[in-house]
Amino acid sequence: MAHYEAPIREPLILGDKTYHDISNDIAAPVEGKANKWWWGVFTLALICFLWGVGAIIYTIGTGIGVWGLNNKINWAWDITNFVWWVGIGHAGTLISAVLLLFRQKWRMGINRSAEAMTIFAVVQAGLFPLIHMGRIWNGYWVMPIPNQFGTLWTNFNSPLLWDVFAISTYLSVSLVFWYTGLLPDFAMIRDRATKPFQKKIYSLLSFGWTGRAKDWQRFEEVSLVLAGLATPLVLSVHTIVSFDFATSVIPGWHSTVYPPYFVAGAVFSGFAMVQTLLIVMRKVSNLEAYITRLHIENMNKVILVTGGIVMVAYLSEFFIGWYSGSLYEDFTYLSVGAATGPYWWAFWALILCNGVFPQLLWFKKLRTNFTVSFIMSIIINIGMWFERFDIIVINLSRGHLPSSWTQFEPTFVDIGIYVGTIGFFFVLFLLYARTFPVVAQAEVKSILKSSGEYYKKEHH
Amino acid sequence: MSNKVLQAMYDDDEVLIKAVKKTREAHHHIEEVFTPFPVHGLDKAMGLEKTRIAITAFIYGVTGLIVSVWMLNYMMIQDWPQNIGGKPSFSYAENMPAFVPIMFEMTVFFAAHLMVITFYMRSKIWPFQTASNPDPRTTDDKFVMEVAVDGNLEALTSFLKETGAIEIKIAEKKD
Repeated sequence: MAHYEAPIREPLILGDKTYHDISNDIAAPVEGKANKWWWGVFTLALICFLWGVGAIIYTIGTGIGVWGLNNKINWAWDITNFVWWVGIGHAGTLISAVLLLFRQKWRMGINRSAEAMTIFAVVQAGLFPLIHMGRIWNGYWVMPIPNQFGTLWTNFNSPLLWDVFAISTYLSVSLVFWYTGLLPDFAMIRDRATKPFQKKIYSLLSFGWTGRAKDWQRFEEVSLVLAGLATPLVLSVHTIVSFDFATSVIPGWHSTVYPPYFVAGAVFSGFAMVQTLLIVMRKVSNLEAYITRLHIENMNKVILVTGGIVMVAYLSEFFIGWYSGSLYEDFTYLSVGAATGPYWWAFWALILCNGVFPQLLWFKKLRTNFTVSFIMSIIINIGMWFERFDIIVINLSRGHLPSSWTQFEPTFVDIGIYVGTIGFFFVLFLLYARTFPVVAQAEVKSILKSSGEYYKKEHH
Repeated sequence: MSNKVLQAMYDDDEVLIKAVKKTREAHHHIEEVFTPFPVHGLDKAMGLEKTRIAITAFIYGVTGLIVSVWMLNYMMIQDWPQNIGGKPSFSYAENMPAFVPIMFEMTVFFAAHLMVITFYMRSKIWPFQTASNPDPRTTDDKFVMEVAVDGNLEALTSFLKETGAIEIKIAEKKD
């Protein structure tokens, strides 16, 4: 009875699967050929990406004057997109690390793709500060090295430099966590590959993994410790991102609630992006047995909780701003001034997408419905983009000097870079979906007998 | 005879664990066990010692913390103190609150990366390493136990058959 699990728990692996079936199912997208849909979406993503590359080259060649920034609004889409992408990344680490610490077995069907999404999203995020430097060839100035005139060091008092350390640690640790988990799965594909080239590639990727008992013992310990390290790390990353705003003196930014509120918002948007990707992927890659209705429902529950935290933060920001009685607080992104001012549409997009629509997920019928979950995930992605846009643009558009009040107009370059990163993200994810084992098959095999539908029935 | 091993293949993890226990009770030496996924309880059944890799992670983390404190103190306090936003730069202790994020990130960076490198080195996994599992099916759905041959080969073979092995092969012992 080593594999006993309470029958009240719903199965995580559907159907009558054996260990070998799991290998077949996970290797199928890698060994098979891409269909027309894949090529269609890939081409579209590639075109968007190339448009973005063009916009980036134009920006670097000409200077960031080609963006719609002005004297008052000197941060806009670039930092909005940066925070949006970093936030999306958080779900992957949450699924693979926090759910591992809580021993949630349902993470195993989705952790691989969620982590892939994390890495690809953080890559997009990292592009924005680099481009915003203007002189990207001086980007190495953020490293702690003395300058050429003497020993003037980087400023470690600055939240922007904290960001450099947080994001690069986060990206590299996530990458290592993801890759270590991939080794046994690459080995599985290597050992069944029939084409010589494929065998060569997967031999190289698998680092010669053989599955010795001692290796597995270390593997599990390393996964556990990495999860323990990644959990505070992921909380620190968005905390530090929020410091970019919270340590300033701009009304609407200098708020002590920012760190927890940003982390909750990041998880909220990240789970929405995982839903967007996996609801499509489970169909396209025939993974319905591994990414089930239960997985989608569980993620919707996380969305509900984190969305609730975000909503409480909105309400308290709104209340405290109003209660302060300060004239300038009436122009911040959560205020009557914002709701009725020139950016009323951005304010209401935020409230509707993040606050109102997600409440539908309280109904079990809706949160277990794939179509509803997919549409909801898109709505939340849009809402969370508006949250960052509102924080940055609405707060900067009004200030202590009414003569400099202004609005922001994005140029085609702003739009191009943003669309380009979405294209780049999907290019990476689509390539991943065809070349990587998209489910952590070794881990899934280890829970087959306890949580597989067939085995659960057999026991009772 | 002592440089030969018998490779007994099993197709179920529960049968494997029982076989491992029986083999050890019968005082045969288990050289190695290959499994396609982490079989819980296998390390205990084999009598493997607990891994100390988590301890190394702690040591690496402490190292990262010390390095970050040294670096920040040298750069921001000793070498070129600056007045930035009125944050006191006269001593490390006064300026420290602004350095907490960096100290934390470097602790995690050192602990995570050095631990993973240690794992790769100890388990001999790195690029261009060739895999040495005895059968390609051990990464799919089969489990292989390697038992050292000492004494009667036939007796050992029939013993392993009794434990539920579906295939038994004889092979040279590696290194």
